[in-house]
Amino acid sequence: MSVLVYTESEAGSFKKAAYEVASYGKGIADQLGTGVTAISFNANGAGDLGNYGVSKQLNVSDSKLEKFNASAYADAIAQAAKAEGATTVIISSSANSKYLGALLCVHLEAGYATNVMELPASTSPFTVKRSVFTNKAFAMTEISTTNKLVGLANNSYGLKENSTDCSTEAFTPTLNEGDFKVQVQSVDKASDKVSIADADVVVSAGRGLKGPENWGMIEELAEILGAATACSKPVSDMGWRPHGEHVGQTGKPVATNLYIAIGISGAIQHLAGVSSSKVKVVINTDPEAPFFKAADYGVVGDAFEVVPALIEKLKAFKAANA
Amino acid sequence: MKILVCISHVPDTTSKINFTDNNTQFDTNGVQYVINPNDEFGLTRAMWFKEKQGASVEVVTVGGAEVEPTLRKALAIGADSATRVDAPALDGYAVAQELAAVVKNGGYDLVIAGRESIDYNGGMVPGMVAAMTGSSFVNTCISLEVDGNTATAVREIDGGKETVSATLPLIIGGQKGLVEESDLRIPNMRGIMMARKKPLNVTPSVATATETKTVSFEKPAPKGDVKLVAADNLDQLIDLLHNEAKAI
Ligand SMILES: Cc1cc2nc3c(=O)[nH]c(=O)nc-3n(C[C@H](O)[C@H](O)[C@H](O)COP(=O)(O)OP(=O)(O)OC[C@H]3O[C@@H](n4cnc5c(N)ncnc54)[C@H](O)[C@@H]3O)c2cc1C
Ligand SMILES: Nc1ncnc2c1ncn2[C@@H]1O[C@H](COP(=O)(O)O)[C@@H](O)[C@H]1O
Repeated sequence: MSVLVYTESEAGSFKKAAYEVASYGKGIADQLGTGVTAISFNANGAGDLGNYGVSKQLNVSDSKLEKFNASAYADAIAQAAKAEGATTVIISSSANSKYLGALLCVHLEAGYATNVMELPASTSPFTVKRSVFTNKAFAMTEISTTNKLVGLANNSYGLKENSTDCSTEAFTPTLNEGDFKVQVQSVDKASDKVSIADADVVVSAGRGLKGPENWGMIEELAEILGAATACSKPVSDMGWRPHGEHVGQTGKPVATNLYIAIGISGAIQHLAGVSSSKVKVVINTDPEAPFFKAADYGVVGDAFEVVPALIEKLKAFKAANA
Repeated sequence: MKILVCISHVPDTTSKINFTDNNTQFDTNGVQYVINPNDEFGLTRAMWFKEKQGASVEVVTVGGAEVEPTLRKALAIGADSATRVDAPALDGYAVAQELAAVVKNGGYDLVIAGRESIDYNGGMVPGMVAAMTGSSFVNTCISLEVDGNTATAVREIDGGKETVSATLPLIIGGQKGLVEESDLRIPNMRGIMMARKKPLNVTPSVATATETKTVSFEKPAPKGDVKLVAADNLDQLIDLLHNEAKAI
């Protein structure tokens, strides 16, 4: 009857999203009066799972699963759910979790709710609040099947410590050839940069920056804040920045603690994608720019003056608070 | 090569989102509908296959008669034929069952769907159809080549990308990158005229169940006013971010 959470790891270490789904899983388990089991792939130990409420870890160690494989992972998670008698399964909203989630819900015969913002408002009927219309609204969605799959929105629940004794067991799923029809050939990932999905802070810039040669100060500001860099759609369409940095309704969603928008007007499609960030700062020459209506803090000013000044002030602030 | 493009019919990105009937129904008043942007990138890539590698391109939408103008637009862009499965898109599972039946009957080499619909943001239909039909599946697909019985695809991952190979039949959840914004086609007069003559078949529903239902909607709480900081007083901004917002 336990709750099963899929805890993602990279090179053996758990990601922040893993601890967030663990925290959330514990919240639901408390509502249901049960415990939390985690499933992991090739993890080095249990990490902090116990700290976030997990009482049992099932770890699959299999060299064939070194690289992410949505089909095989989904198959294995479904088998773990069955073995544990778990009817509620929780995954994150990472690219990999969303990929396997759509396969997993079919294996589990589970109703699947994505972009879930909070603990269920009720567990019977099982009703969750999800973000829809790219954050322009919320839907209260009822899952009517016995098995349930919840895709938790990133950074919505946060990390909640809940010290628990966590045991680890090896889990060996039965995989079949059909699970290996898609094979990873190569991975191209900047290891020295935080990704938009994993970042606590995102520094984003738009057409107001005039040209790609002006991004040095954006990168410097991001580095000081330990932030990921992002951009508006036209900036990536013009090739000033890579497509992977395009955020908004048709790009990546941003749900960080802090989002800083520089030289971005705040078109509805842009705002939709970034509005679930907790604190938003806008820097723009035009006081009428729509972003000022969506932001918490604003500076009316020229990015080419404000950003370098902000960099200096932040350096001083960091030095004083180190 | 036989290609099916799954198109969801969604409110234009500039739409104001409102609800009626005591916040239980989406208010369609004044809303313009379009081809879901992710699907438009996929359809345009399908046209590339058609022109460069000789593929046939069918499009399908699950929905009532109101979705037909969207299918006609896809025909005007260049799809060869369209199917409307006559059923309300009740939830991801119901839509996936309808599409899985179309996929099973059609014998497609490639099914192109989108990463997500921008209305309900389910992000689940293509993967469900893949699992129901036993096809290979690649999500958040930003590049796709097909050579014989194998496809090479690039998938966006958090913080980078991944190149994968997959055996056909393949289903993708596509997005921008499959083609560039500047490759998108605006239907011309000739395309619109030709679209009127192309087949738009209506097939009956086969789905037997739903798994989820939306009970009600709500809108985000209105935001408070922005706090403005003078450009020559950035210490105040840092102070606010540190002490008030606790964001740095
Ligand atoms: C179907 C569709 C989907 C879309 N999806 C997205 C999406 O996902 N994401 C997205 O971002 N957009 C999206 N858009 C585009 C969106 O409508 C806007 O065109 C876009 O967001 C504008 O980008 P921008 O703010 O960088 O540029 P602009 O609107 O040109 O704004 C530039 C801003 O910079 C300011 N500025 C100029 N000089 C300076 C300076 N020196 N210092 C400070 N500020 C300065 C200006 O005052 C202005 O406000 C979409 C559009 C469509 C039609
Ligand atoms: N009613 C529908 N008819 C046809 N295809 C759909 C429908 N709904 C979703 N799809 C396809 O599935 C993708 C993802 O949709 P969703 O899972 O609803 O976010 C869309 O981009 C479409 O390609």
